Amino acid sequence: MNTTIIGFAYLLSGVLFILALKGLSSPVSARKGNTYGMLGMAIAVATTLYGAGSGLELSSYTNIIIAVAVGGIFGSILARKISMTALPQLVAAFHSLVGLAAVFVAIGAYKNPAAFFDGGIITTGSMIEMSLGLAIGAITFSGSVIAFAKLQGLVSGNPLVFKGQHLINLVIFLSILALIYMTALSPMDAATEQYFWAIVGLSFFIGFLVVLPIGGADMPVVVSMLNSYSGWAACGIGFTLQNTALIITGALVGSSGAILSYIMCKGMNRSIVSVLLGGFGGDSDAAAAAASQPKGNVKQGSADDASFIMGNAQKVIIVPGYGMAVSQAQHALREMCDILKSKGVEVRYAIHPVAGRMPGHMNVLLAEANVPYDEVFELEEINHEFATADVAFVIGANDVTNPLAKTDPQSPIYGMPILDVEKAATTLFLKRSMASGYAGVDNDLFFRDKTMMLLGDAKKTTEEIVQALNLS
Amino acid sequence: MDFLSLFSIFVLSVFVGFYVVWGVTPALHSPLLAVTNAISSVIIVGGLIAAVASKGIIDLSSTMGLIAVLLASVNIFGGFMVAQRMLAMFKKKK
Repeated sequence: MNTTIIGFAYLLSGVLFILALKGLSSPVSARKGNTYGMLGMAIAVATTLYGAGSGLELSSYTNIIIAVAVGGIFGSILARKISMTALPQLVAAFHSLVGLAAVFVAIGAYKNPAAFFDGGIITTGSMIEMSLGLAIGAITFSGSVIAFAKLQGLVSGNPLVFKGQHLINLVIFLSILALIYMTALSPMDAATEQYFWAIVGLSFFIGFLVVLPIGGADMPVVVSMLNSYSGWAACGIGFTLQNTALIITGALVGSSGAILSYIMCKGMNRSIVSVLLGGFGGDSDAAAAAASQPKGNVKQGSADDASFIMGNAQKVIIVPGYGMAVSQAQHALREMCDILKSKGVEVRYAIHPVAGRMPGHMNVLLAEANVPYDEVFELEEINHEFATADVAFVIGANDVTNPLAKTDPQSPIYGMPILDVEKAATTLFLKRSMASGYAGVDNDLFFRDKTMMLLGDAKKTTEEIVQALNLS
Repeated sequence: MDFLSLFSIFVLSVFVGFYVVWGVTPALHSPLLAVTNAISSVIIVGGLIAAVASKGIIDLSSTMGLIAVLLASVNIFGGFMVAQRMLAMFKKKK
């Protein structure tokens, strides 16, 4: 009876988690979905404590309450204080915690089998499941730490590549599998404990090695991929604990991260393998220094020119990129768009899948600046509209607008889906300098007749345009 | 539960995840990352089992359990709250 109730409760919490993700199909239902998620979590925690119930010492509850309170307060403060620009770092940090928690749970289960396994015996099957959860968790942790450090700028975003790297990774990977096999042969034998700890160590190590060679430009893929890993780690532990809530959730998160990785890869026309092998795309500044000799004539404009052109336009499409977030120009941008709208100009926003540093980052930044979400469109939805637009206003984006991706098979960004800003009657580029983007490729749009460059800080330029619009 | 039942649940959940996540609007991919982060911290149940099992005695297993509970709590509270914060920003045209 008891186990039946517990089983149903875990199933219920799994279903609530599915509903939490289902809610995200629209901003209207998303908040309700989030509430379902919290409810599911509360049920899972309550059920576990109830199930572990009988004959408890009060002090173990005290410890748990302290741990939850400390973690909860810390997490809440982080969630409240974090700036939306720094969101990718926060997510990477959170992934690392899931990974580390999986490692600790696996160690806890290994050292106290009586609490986790029937008859206190770890079977070969359980050991394999647990070791996989452990290994993936450890990789998630150390990989996320590196991703965090790269996103936060603590280590260089440039890919760190050295000779024989892939061979070393392969050897370590195979060693981990061999160790799992050796541990699983006789899990209860104290002699295999050293293998268990070796799995922990090597998995941490390979996590570092795998993410280090991946360049800053590929971070959206890495963040999604680690999201996926954290799910699979949870799944491994779920099998160990025979807990349906964990298995369902782990599978949901695992496939979610995999889909996001796929979408990000497609947005850059890169294969997941080439991302993992690394070596592509460092910090934009570094790439910029190496490349870019100006060729051809550049038409530079002023804020007054831009305000005149847009003030007389019927339709303006805004193309924001990470550069907008860096200069915090989104609020000035929204102000500019409000004035344009009050003048009867139709304003829309076009978002490239890899704009920003993680999936959907740009949408959040615009939403933060009070841009209504029904003015914001994805690439496929809006790309045909550039042909009918008077102005494409590109702010802090570069590679995602480069027509070379369509025409030059030699270009490193060839095949990447791009926003067709060149089809608009006028293209305005707000950029810090004439430097190329992260891919190190010149954008020949800069030299076209229909293009006007507004060089300088995106926020300052936008504010000047706002002033000019107010005067006219 | 036997392995086959658990594995069946796993495989079906992967499919459910696949369809549900393709249904998520791309505009909400950042909140999706935050929410998946929070729910994958249901791994807290493993930490709770280890922490409770020692019946108040602090040994390696229960310490590991407590740390796992602490880390997962950061994630649960942080993940849901940052998702909530993001979602509150998404407003329709007035």
